[in-house]
Amino acid sequence: MSTQPATVPSKAVGAAEATGSAAVRKSFSSPLGSVFVIAVTVLWTIPTFGLLATSLRPKQAVAASGWWEIFVHPQLILSNYHTVLFDGGFGVSAGMMPFLVNSLAISIPATIFPLVLAAMAAYALAWVRFRGSDTVFFIIFALQVVPLQMALIPLLQLFSGGAHLGGLTIIPAFDLHGTYVPVWLAHTMFALPLATFLLHNFISQLPRDLMEAAVVDGASHFKIFRSIVLPLCTPALASFAIFEFLWVWNDLLVALTFAGGTPEVAPMTVRLAQLSGSFGGRWEVLTAGAFLSLIVPLIVFFSLQRYFVRGLLAGSVKG
Amino acid sequence: MPTASLADSAWTDAITKLGNSFGAVAIFLGILLVVFFAAGRATGRLTRPLAIGVFLGPAVLLLIVGLVAPLVRTVYLSFYNDDSTRFLGGKNYGWALTTDSIHQVLLNTLLWLVFAPLAATGLGLVLALLVERMRYQALYKSLIFMPMAVSLVGASIIWKFVYETRDSSQQQVGLLSQLAISLGWRHPPNWILSHPLNNFLLMAVMVWVQTGFAMVVLSAAIKAIPDEVTEAARLDGARGLKLFWFVTVPMIRTTLVVVLTTVMITTLKAFDIVRTMTGGNFGTQVLANEMYSQSFVQFNVGRGSALAVILFLAVLPLVAYNIVQLRKERETR
Repeated sequence: MSTQPATVPSKAVGAAEATGSAAVRKSFSSPLGSVFVIAVTVLWTIPTFGLLATSLRPKQAVAASGWWEIFVHPQLILSNYHTVLFDGGFGVSAGMMPFLVNSLAISIPATIFPLVLAAMAAYALAWVRFRGSDTVFFIIFALQVVPLQMALIPLLQLFSGGAHLGGLTIIPAFDLHGTYVPVWLAHTMFALPLATFLLHNFISQLPRDLMEAAVVDGASHFKIFRSIVLPLCTPALASFAIFEFLWVWNDLLVALTFAGGTPEVAPMTVRLAQLSGSFGGRWEVLTAGAFLSLIVPLIVFFSLQRYFVRGLLAGSVKG
Repeated sequence: MPTASLADSAWTDAITKLGNSFGAVAIFLGILLVVFFAAGRATGRLTRPLAIGVFLGPAVLLLIVGLVAPLVRTVYLSFYNDDSTRFLGGKNYGWALTTDSIHQVLLNTLLWLVFAPLAATGLGLVLALLVERMRYQALYKSLIFMPMAVSLVGASIIWKFVYETRDSSQQQVGLLSQLAISLGWRHPPNWILSHPLNNFLLMAVMVWVQTGFAMVVLSAAIKAIPDEVTEAARLDGARGLKLFWFVTVPMIRTTLVVVLTTVMITTLKAFDIVRTMTGGNFGTQVLANEMYSQSFVQFNVGRGSALAVILFLAVLPLVAYNIVQLRKERETR
């Protein structure tokens, strides 16, 4: 802990900020405060730990006693995970495996599609300016206020029946049932306003000289986009990609509406919500299933924490 | 062995599905490359309109089809009956505002809207102040922030297990019941079934998820308070709670409100917790889940749409305020 007086002049800005908060900090220092923080941290962690512990205990042990018994009788196994992945045992033949695969198969394209389309739109709005480009940007920006719920029913009707105006068919009914396409499309549509807004903030800040030099060299917009904009935007793209991937992975509403509940298309969140409602008794399997769905977000969170937090803070108003 | 063959077909299934998924991405990127290549060769007067069309067209088209048109259509559907064949005027809204069961839903939603955001933001603020001067603060922050990474479905199952109650003749497996018993409460209730307590137990899940978010954002805001301000206040004799209340809080007021409204928006729109933990039974239903049930379980498109519009109107001022604030912040930076 620094004990330097905080009034020394001619200091770097960063250091000044640090001592500023240090002053605030000092005013709140008390051992009681530390105890409080530690207590909250423990309280915040225990439920997840209990889930993990239960998923590693044998069936009979889970039925007979609470998970805290592992401190007295440590007996840990992995077979619950095999059971939940491949055997099911919940009245359906297949286990969680197809749903886990669906989660991946939904999340990867549903991250890449909006990312690329939004980057393109943001580039056009920032650097290929035209009459009305500010208006278009503002409308896209304002669309962030529309909650998902406002679009679900019409979009579902569109995917199943097409769109008609009077007797005229504008969009025909595609037979997309039982494929990922409606889920991918819905996620892409719902992600575009936020993605375009965030990437526009970043892309419009690129140095003007660089862009003009490229134009003078005779590069087309397509060349500039691929060889200048995309490489320079990597940090912004990474932040949004991580945010969107976890958003889709964790989503229940869009999946439930557009994928239904079958093992062909539905992701893990849908299956877990079903199991939780219909079958609460077999905790050793339910906890294993739940922990399986948590592994991916937890790995992403702990390994890419900085990008994750940045993306999450920027995206906290989404959909 | 039967399990081996099952596992085998599960792997085949996985390879097919992921193949489809990567195939779709490859086709998508392939089409873009071809279009880029073709459009990039264009010269003359068409260059600019072509570039605008190619870059902006797909996003604008998807937004019109996926958001703008559905927005208008949902408002339209909300004035019609369950299968959209008969015009009802404002009857669906009248139903939403006068039916007893929906009164309960609106009351619960209001309770969520007040309690969960205030608890998460308040606790987040206290933690942000306290954690700053501790050693290993990154560890505490990570662990408290961690619930934000997992799905609300996962969080609900975690807490459903905490609230699990068994007959008092059996050993308890839920942490809350066990705690209650060890504190001397012989026959704790079945938590999830006890109205109105169950509403607060469900809100606790949202507080558990959102507190870390509030803490991290507020912690950054506190760090950004200029040195001179706190120093001057300290010279004037402000300490502890006084410094907190008259200096720290006013300095981070905007951030505080943005955090509060952000959690409010999430709370209003979240249906996952109620759906996973109680299915809306036992007096715990909220607006977002009722909207889903009306639309996709009861198939009453009119009522579902009316509830969606009500939700939209409730969220609108909060989101509008938030994005204006975020934009302002960005402009001053």
